[in-house]
Amino acid sequence: MNRATAIADLVAAFKRDGQIVIVGASLAGLRAAEALRNSGFTGRLTIVGDEPYEPYDRPPLSKQVLKGWVPADHTALPRLRAVDAEWRLGAAATRLDRASRQVELANGDQIPYDRLLIATGTRARPWPNPEEGALDGIFALRTRDDAAKVQARLAAGPKRVLIVGAGFIGSEMASVCCELGIPVTLVERGSAPLVSALGGVIGAIAAEIQREHGVDLRTGISVAALEGDRSKHVRRARLSDGSVVEADLVIASLGSIRNTEWLEGAGLAAGFWGVGCDAGCRAFDINGVVTDTIFVAGDVARFPHVLYDYQFITLEHWDNAVLGAEVAAHNMVSLESDRWAHLPLPAFWSAQFGISIKSVGVCPFGDEIVFTQGSVKERRFAAAYGRRGRIVAAVTFNHAKWLMYYAAQIERSGPFPPPPPGFDKPEDLKPVSAQFPGLRPHTGIPDVVLTGHDPTERGAEFLAPSR
Amino acid sequence: MRIVVDLNRCLGYAQCAFLAPDVFRLNGEEALMYDPNPDDAKRVRVLRAAAACPVQAIAVDRLDETKGATSS
Repeated sequence: MNRATAIADLVAAFKRDGQIVIVGASLAGLRAAEALRNSGFTGRLTIVGDEPYEPYDRPPLSKQVLKGWVPADHTALPRLRAVDAEWRLGAAATRLDRASRQVELANGDQIPYDRLLIATGTRARPWPNPEEGALDGIFALRTRDDAAKVQARLAAGPKRVLIVGAGFIGSEMASVCCELGIPVTLVERGSAPLVSALGGVIGAIAAEIQREHGVDLRTGISVAALEGDRSKHVRRARLSDGSVVEADLVIASLGSIRNTEWLEGAGLAAGFWGVGCDAGCRAFDINGVVTDTIFVAGDVARFPHVLYDYQFITLEHWDNAVLGAEVAAHNMVSLESDRWAHLPLPAFWSAQFGISIKSVGVCPFGDEIVFTQGSVKERRFAAAYGRRGRIVAAVTFNHAKWLMYYAAQIERSGPFPPPPPGFDKPEDLKPVSAQFPGLRPHTGIPDVVLTGHDPTERGAEFLAPSR
Repeated sequence: MRIVVDLNRCLGYAQCAFLAPDVFRLNGEEALMYDPNPDDAKRVRVLRAAAACPVQAIAVDRLDETKGATSS
């Protein structure tokens, strides 16, 4: 038997008898399982999920579910094929032992693996003050159960809803409140809604739209305290400017926390920033050395993107989960010569106040913006983001059909401002500052130390986080 | 039945909203809202809507029955 045949036999044997564990039973986990079966993997496949539900789609939760049109449990994802997997739902993974190649679950079960996919995603950042957070009437929105609870409260007709955080989900929820005729106050500590994703120029437009629809939008403001009544139900919020908002339903939309705690002690490059991996979805160990058996996909994956100076980015986007899962699954059952790269052109959408907001590229990577098509006044336009004479991203408001044009420009590192795609030019084609806020100070980073001098011992260690 | 719409791909042509208005709706000019798990009685119309989508953004369950996932 020659060498090539021997290697091919090994791959075939792994595909036939190997053992793969996917931790995370949401969009990325499901699509990875389907892709593994599509690739001819017939071995044992286990899917672990902390929620008791089979994979469901999250984007509808903050829109048609909250509105009351679609029940929260009507969001199960379609299956693109049978996955023939052993589903371990309702018990979170709590520990990874790389030496014995086992994943431990909350119920104590140990699941052995030959290849592991980490797709544990993120969770909603809870209200920072636990005493206030324990009041009745305070919610976050991330899961199906969250959405069911918030929808029930909205349907009960609250006097006023207070939403804290005007990112995409906070803004979408404010839109739903307006559609339901419920008074809503939206508090954002930044200068405008959507500002960290799209910058201050677009943020100012989003603010105008929200106010036109009746949102009581307060920017540059934070919540100093939440107060409840005697039955421990939230009644009002004291804001940082001294004002008071009477609200009987509070939704914290404070962003996400990556689910990496279960990897503590596993010696992976895992922490608050996500799980570091290469563009082939292979996880890095704590020293930044790539592993051969552990892969990462979805919201929790932090990978270098060639289009953005090889900077490590996480993309909490729907198609990043789908595409990353496909690449990770392929690479789990392939040899080096056959590996794929996860090099998506980042893309996301939002729907709020009757407007479809879509984007391609990484907007905050740009420092300038130019309106290229349509009319801001009519809320129907396209704008491009640039950096050093190169287009890096674009956003459209009700102008999605043109987004592909910009996507192609970005993929080709086209010039900024981009050449006009056709008719429908706005009057002012001059780039201006995109007005992104400065980087926020990082918090909760474990201290890292380098140890050893000899190449055989050189490495890194995380010090115990000072909690 | 189960469906999911790739809303990165969707451009709001609204063909689905004409063919199955109780499953697909436009909210404004081009923002699509839909019922991810419509009643099986609507299956034929949903399949027609998926076939009519100019950008093929609607994915429909390819399993005859979706009881594959059960807690264990």
